[in-house]
Amino acid sequence: MTARNRELFGLIPASLLVTAGFAAVFIQRSNALSNISLTYGAIFLGLCLAGHMVIRATLPYADPYMFPLVALLSCLGIVMIYRIDPTYARQQAQWFVLGLILFAATIVGFRDYRKLERYRYTIAVVSLGLLLLPRLPGIGDQVNGAYLAVHIPGVFEFQPTEFAKIGFVIFLASYLRDTRQVLVQGRRILGVTIPPLKHFGPVLVIWGLAMLILFTLHDVGSSLMFYGALLAILYVATSRLSFVVVGVIAFGLGAWYIGAHVPHIDARVQEWLHPLNPALYNGTDPSGASSFQLANSLFAQAAGGMFGQGFGQATLTVPGSHPVAYLLPAPSTDMIYAVITDELGLFGAAAVLIAYLMLIARGFKTAVLARDSFSTLLAVGLSSVLALQVFVIVGGVTRVIPLTGVTLPFISYGGSSIIANLVLLALLLLVSDRARRPA
Amino acid sequence: MNAPIARVFGVIVVMFALLIVWTSRWTVFDAQALRDNPLNQRTVIDEERIDRGEILAADGTVLAKSVPAPDHTFTRQYPTGSLFSQAIGYSVVQSGQEAGLELSDGQYLRGVNTGISAIIGQLGGGTQVGDNVDTSLDPKAQRLALQLLDGRDGSVVAIDPRTGAVKVMISLPTYNDNAPDANCGAPGCKQNDATQAQDVPGSTFKVVSTTAALDSGKFTPDSVVNGNSPLLVSGVPLENDSNQSWGPQTVTTALTYSINTIYAQIAQDTGRATMTEYMKRFGFYSKPPIDLPPDELIPSEPWTPSTPSRPYPPGSPNEDIGRIGIGQGGLLVTPLQMAMVVAAVANGGRLMAPHLTSSVVNPDGQTILTVKPTLYSQVMKSSTAQEISQMMRKVVEEGTGQPAELGGLSVAGKTGTASLGATGSGLTEPWFIGFAPATNPQIAIAVTIDRTDNGYGGTVAAPIASAVMKQLLSDNG
Repeated sequence: MTARNRELFGLIPASLLVTAGFAAVFIQRSNALSNISLTYGAIFLGLCLAGHMVIRATLPYADPYMFPLVALLSCLGIVMIYRIDPTYARQQAQWFVLGLILFAATIVGFRDYRKLERYRYTIAVVSLGLLLLPRLPGIGDQVNGAYLAVHIPGVFEFQPTEFAKIGFVIFLASYLRDTRQVLVQGRRILGVTIPPLKHFGPVLVIWGLAMLILFTLHDVGSSLMFYGALLAILYVATSRLSFVVVGVIAFGLGAWYIGAHVPHIDARVQEWLHPLNPALYNGTDPSGASSFQLANSLFAQAAGGMFGQGFGQATLTVPGSHPVAYLLPAPSTDMIYAVITDELGLFGAAAVLIAYLMLIARGFKTAVLARDSFSTLLAVGLSSVLALQVFVIVGGVTRVIPLTGVTLPFISYGGSSIIANLVLLALLLLVSDRARRPA
Repeated sequence: MNAPIARVFGVIVVMFALLIVWTSRWTVFDAQALRDNPLNQRTVIDEERIDRGEILAADGTVLAKSVPAPDHTFTRQYPTGSLFSQAIGYSVVQSGQEAGLELSDGQYLRGVNTGISAIIGQLGGGTQVGDNVDTSLDPKAQRLALQLLDGRDGSVVAIDPRTGAVKVMISLPTYNDNAPDANCGAPGCKQNDATQAQDVPGSTFKVVSTTAALDSGKFTPDSVVNGNSPLLVSGVPLENDSNQSWGPQTVTTALTYSINTIYAQIAQDTGRATMTEYMKRFGFYSKPPIDLPPDELIPSEPWTPSTPSRPYPPGSPNEDIGRIGIGQGGLLVTPLQMAMVVAAVANGGRLMAPHLTSSVVNPDGQTILTVKPTLYSQVMKSSTAQEISQMMRKVVEEGTGQPAELGGLSVAGKTGTASLGATGSGLTEPWFIGFAPATNPQIAIAVTIDRTDNGYGGTVAAPIASAVMKQLLSDNG
């Protein structure tokens, strides 16, 4: 069987999920059943099929499992979003269309993605600019004390970090392809290789960048996501564990220092440590911390138990409240993992995480198969940044780390997220197609 | 570069494993604690979404039901208002307040224990529907008792002595359980006085003393004791009613005319240990074995005169057993306890555990629980019970309990008129405990009115008891 036929068959689980999921939600709200809403599932499956056709036409050798896994996650996302708010589901489907167009454009436009290397500094500068956009007065948007979105009222709202993450990965993969040899040739002091400063400078810049993100965006999670992915690329490029150790220590020290001096970050840490403290829960603590969202995330997961309450069963709002009071703020974006756990239980949530892990595993497999350093580093970077984004948001929702408002890739509601992650997938498929092409 | 790639992936696998471990922490290991956390509104919302079962009287009258409210929730209604509020209690999910049968039968009313039907209901995602609770309560007799109490504080408890089924349980002051938080205008109106009042039993307790005296073999109904008044008991003179000296009289006569000095001697001669033993068999010193929340039950027992007062340890040498024998000496009882005393005599000495719940029926109409009569204790030999029954019959035929004899109903019973407050204040707690029909008892009853002005058990409480028993006997066909 060819890779593309395997990919086509791989879409079967996604179609089953979308059918079963929508059916369950419809049964739950039989009063809201309408023909128009029933077609969402069919339209979404059609979009997945269109994506497959694009790959079939352009990337015959690309990994056959990545796209079905993304389709599966997206289908789960559309079902969950529909269940939370049907209006969002329609918008999400529209974003998915736009995402697929950009997905196709990326594949066609960067068929030889190695030409990206030529623009690496441009990409780096643009990415940096994107990161800082939310701090610009007038369009920057502060949500819960973190600056993660750009909002132009009536025009659009987008999350530049979603795009910046791809830019930085491209830049660093390209930069380290050039310098990885010299980085390991420094003098050894106490068993640690100190590379020449002029080459190590950019690595310091990366660290500085992570600290800048932390300081300007007030966001531990995004900063961890960027920095972790960049460290992964650095480690694969140099095979030097010492870089990672030094990098982690430097990040820890910096995060600790900044965390102690930016009240918002400290508040987030307090919420993380004591989510069930009544003063924090009710937001009456003088620090201004409010653990309502995190505590309710845990309550939602507890309600789900081992097997979950079933699609459409979770309690999201306070009954009889006018205006509607959400028990779980941001259920379709930041908190969607908690809603999934509530409705599908530990097993459903673990299945979602395993699906991500399989997707990431295919990404790393692509990195291994790649025949040039840039391709390898690019695949490692893209896979790592995806893995870390999942870790940051799911870790936040499950209280492994302080909560950060990033999206759950492919599942959460949000145009920026769906578009950026489809572009990320396109790049991974491009690398994969080249790596697996018969010599 | 392959080894570092594998290691980076390994780290990611570990991180994801961490996510699954943490998820299982909240969904499984800490889930119960999270569900029970007072901050967790879901627990309350889930409760609001349960279509709780109905509570029904013996004749099918709906005493409590759930009606739909917005957003698939339910609220509780009590169609009989304040009539049954103390026994039935209330359930206000939003504030987590529950009392009475609503609390003690909550597991059935919520329907968490109904097995297959509930599990299928959960999987199907439908509303959780609770089980109906059938009670033995009789609304006609309860309403009659309410009328006869006529606004006076007091309690009426009627039990089927053969099974322990509670037919009437009412006390005033009361409240409307449709609005348990509303001010009912009287302190303690939400307290179920039938199970929580601390009343002086007075001469009704002589039934307990008689049981101890006869069943232990220390006395017979014909034993003769000197009934002169006053008598020095524990160094303090004890008087009969009107300070009447009766001279030598049988135990039967002493009960018929409620002669205090004779009963003080009977109790003293029977002995503290024997008296205590029989009190325990009747259920004193423990919370009654009834299906109400333990917080709404108190034991009946003698209390010290010290400040603050506290219960004597059972059989304490410091208690005045002579005065306890006539229902004084710091003895404080609940109306339910006195109903249990008389029910034990009526049922041949076998005290059945009282209960309000008679059966539980699930939404499919299947009876999933039938409350079977259970023996609480064999208080006395059936021959002793026979003797005491005859003596109590005489109380109503010839003695202080004559007003209980009404319209051809053969009642056996014992009056009590406990004096409260300072000597000469005239403040009394009238009582009547009894059963009917005397030869084939089907109803046992305890009636008390709180703090009357010179009211006597025979004149104030006995007519209420006989009227309620008559109603109950006609309801039973």
